[in-house]
Amino acid sequence: MNTELIGIIVTFLITVLLAFPLGKYIAKVFKGEKTFTDFLNPLERFIFRFCGIDPNKEMNWKQHMIALLSINMVWFVYAFFVLIFQGSLFLNPDGNPSMTPDLAFNTDISFLVNCNLQHYSGETGITYLSQLIVITFLQFVTAATGIAAVVVLFRAFAGKTTDKLGNFFVFFTKTLTRILIPICIVIAGLLAFNGTPASFEGKDSIVTLQGDSVQVSRGPAAGMIAIKHLGTNGGGWFGANSTHPLENPNYFTNMVEVIAQVLIPIALIFAFGFFIKRRKLAYIIFGVMTVGMLTFLIPNLVSETSGNPAFTHMGIADNAAMEGKEVRLGVTASAYWQVVTTIISTGSVNSMHDSSMPMSGAMQLLGMMTNCFYGGVGVGILNYFVFLIIAVFISGLMVGRTPEFMGRKIEAREMKIASMIALLHPFIILVGTAISSYVLVHHPEASWAVKPSSWLNNPGNHGFSEMLYEYTSSAANNGSGFEGLGDNNVFWNISTGFVLILGRFLPIIGPVAIAGLLAAKKYTPEAAGTLKTDTVTFGIMTYAVIIIIAALAFFPALTLGPIAEFFNLR
Amino acid sequence: MKKYILPSLKLTLVMIILCSAIYPLLIAGISKMAPGKGNGEKLQVNGKVVGYANVGQKFTEDKYFWGRPSAVDYNAAGSGGSNKGPSNPDYLKIVAERIDSFLVHNPSVKRSEIPAEMVTASGSGLDPNISPKSAKIQIKRIAVARNVSEEKITELVEKNTEKPLAGLLGPEKINVLKLNIALDNLK
Repeated sequence: MNTELIGIIVTFLITVLLAFPLGKYIAKVFKGEKTFTDFLNPLERFIFRFCGIDPNKEMNWKQHMIALLSINMVWFVYAFFVLIFQGSLFLNPDGNPSMTPDLAFNTDISFLVNCNLQHYSGETGITYLSQLIVITFLQFVTAATGIAAVVVLFRAFAGKTTDKLGNFFVFFTKTLTRILIPICIVIAGLLAFNGTPASFEGKDSIVTLQGDSVQVSRGPAAGMIAIKHLGTNGGGWFGANSTHPLENPNYFTNMVEVIAQVLIPIALIFAFGFFIKRRKLAYIIFGVMTVGMLTFLIPNLVSETSGNPAFTHMGIADNAAMEGKEVRLGVTASAYWQVVTTIISTGSVNSMHDSSMPMSGAMQLLGMMTNCFYGGVGVGILNYFVFLIIAVFISGLMVGRTPEFMGRKIEAREMKIASMIALLHPFIILVGTAISSYVLVHHPEASWAVKPSSWLNNPGNHGFSEMLYEYTSSAANNGSGFEGLGDNNVFWNISTGFVLILGRFLPIIGPVAIAGLLAAKKYTPEAAGTLKTDTVTFGIMTYAVIIIIAALAFFPALTLGPIAEFFNLR
Repeated sequence: MKKYILPSLKLTLVMIILCSAIYPLLIAGISKMAPGKGNGEKLQVNGKVVGYANVGQKFTEDKYFWGRPSAVDYNAAGSGGSNKGPSNPDYLKIVAERIDSFLVHNPSVKRSEIPAEMVTASGSGLDPNISPKSAKIQIKRIAVARNVSEEKITELVEKNTEKPLAGLLGPEKINVLKLNIALDNLK
């Protein structure tokens, strides 16, 4: 076996080995049990007292969602004003300009919803101040928002009938103080010791060995790159994201970054099992998600490592798909990252997705279209929960029993919410792509910053994939891109902005609402006739539901994009 | 909603201090102990900075090892890839031109010896590395340009080849800048 393949297998095994104890720890933190981080208690008590939060006051699911939306609104307004005035504020050693209102709108929303679609370039479009107090800040707090929301769901299924589901601000604060900040300090330290810049020095000018004058962008990047991965955010410090040799200096940092991004999503599955004392259910969910990952990973690996067929005719030594990839990371580790970053909602890249092979592009798209195999921090389980409810309902119909989950009946109201959330995702992606295709064909000369006729960096089917990818990435709150797309103009900034909002808050509110409604229902203990949800059979059922609903809805669009390109490239 | 706004505002303020001030300053402090002191690791020749260890440079002269093509011309003020799709006809034409131009500068190299990485642009445009295979096919050109024996340069290439992590994870690679500095030091 070659060293590149061993590299990704070891990477995945380390991830699971770290995620298990972390899951146990997360469950303890939110149950309020004793942990080794209890020395932070006085700090948290001080924060609650200063902010006027009563940590013992419990909220129902609606109050949770109002709290979540209120604090998100505060961040939205705050971040917008910083971005449009950043050019005239301090900590701007490179003299970068303020953002235009439409770009600020897009950037603000994109980071607010944990997506990190970047229509600016890190070196020239943003100041150190914004990187720290807007970008890094939002990367921390939006990850904490997702985790706090999923803890509400944990609470809903932890006990008997109740509508008291803990305090949102407490979940939020503890996520930051007990989980995100401590782990980030470790990751950022590892990055800094491997060569990632962390000081506040501005651009450096040097004369190279051959005598060219060039500049080198730097800045306090290590801390931001740590939370960018741990919080499944994905927005890079530099324009080239984690392909950049300062953002991802070697194979070791590559392993650290790819482990960091999938660590909490997996840990939360185990945490769910420990929290509600149903470990078997957690293992089944982990199994389904892992099979889901392999469904996309294996074709992606095969397609990337088989190389570009168009090179074969050129008669060179190999046809390795090295366009947009880095030598120190190699094709295999890039393919692994491509899948991991799209099935969870990170969207950081260590290779340029636009230049990957057609079938790899299809797998990246499918990863975001299903968006629940591990998934983003917190929201991954929420998305999976929607499909789980649908699977319970369909299985119930198939065997002729009342559908039940955890001893609570699933009725019309819950099913309506679940169906709407499941259908929302294909709806916003496909409508968005349809509108952009229409504009491209019928108004190619519209006078925006980038004319529609110059949007696409590649002709034909691949060009269509660029637009499909942009909306899929926005709706899945992923943030990666087929970056050839000329997306910094009013049309893309505004339209993806709205897709981003819809793709974030409804898929959080929906599942939390279902969980809240179920929690308040009468609990009927399991009997012989109960449909068991922690069996392999039910796991397969859930997998089938996800593939049928999430993947097949997109089949026609995929046919026009990557699949057609695949058949043309022979 | 009103009773949630005030705690939200205050909590936002607390978290800005925690995540955007204390945390980055702490990391900047830790990095002072790292090589390069958190400013990026620099390489020097005779006391003069000639580049960053991790950031690739443009080499076009025959006497130096060349790195990979770059979409940003190796100016690290920015970064990025070509974002060309694998089936794009214009892109395939550029690759074909790169092959021809490589053959012109390296007349002893056969077409079938050129690795794809030498004719494709990296993701960052700043790739500091090439594989040993790509170094080997350049040895003859450099030996001629510098009037040094091929054996000496081969030895240098082998000395500069970095093994996979812990001997078994990831690819082999060579840092082009470090190799070229070693070439210049060759007496």
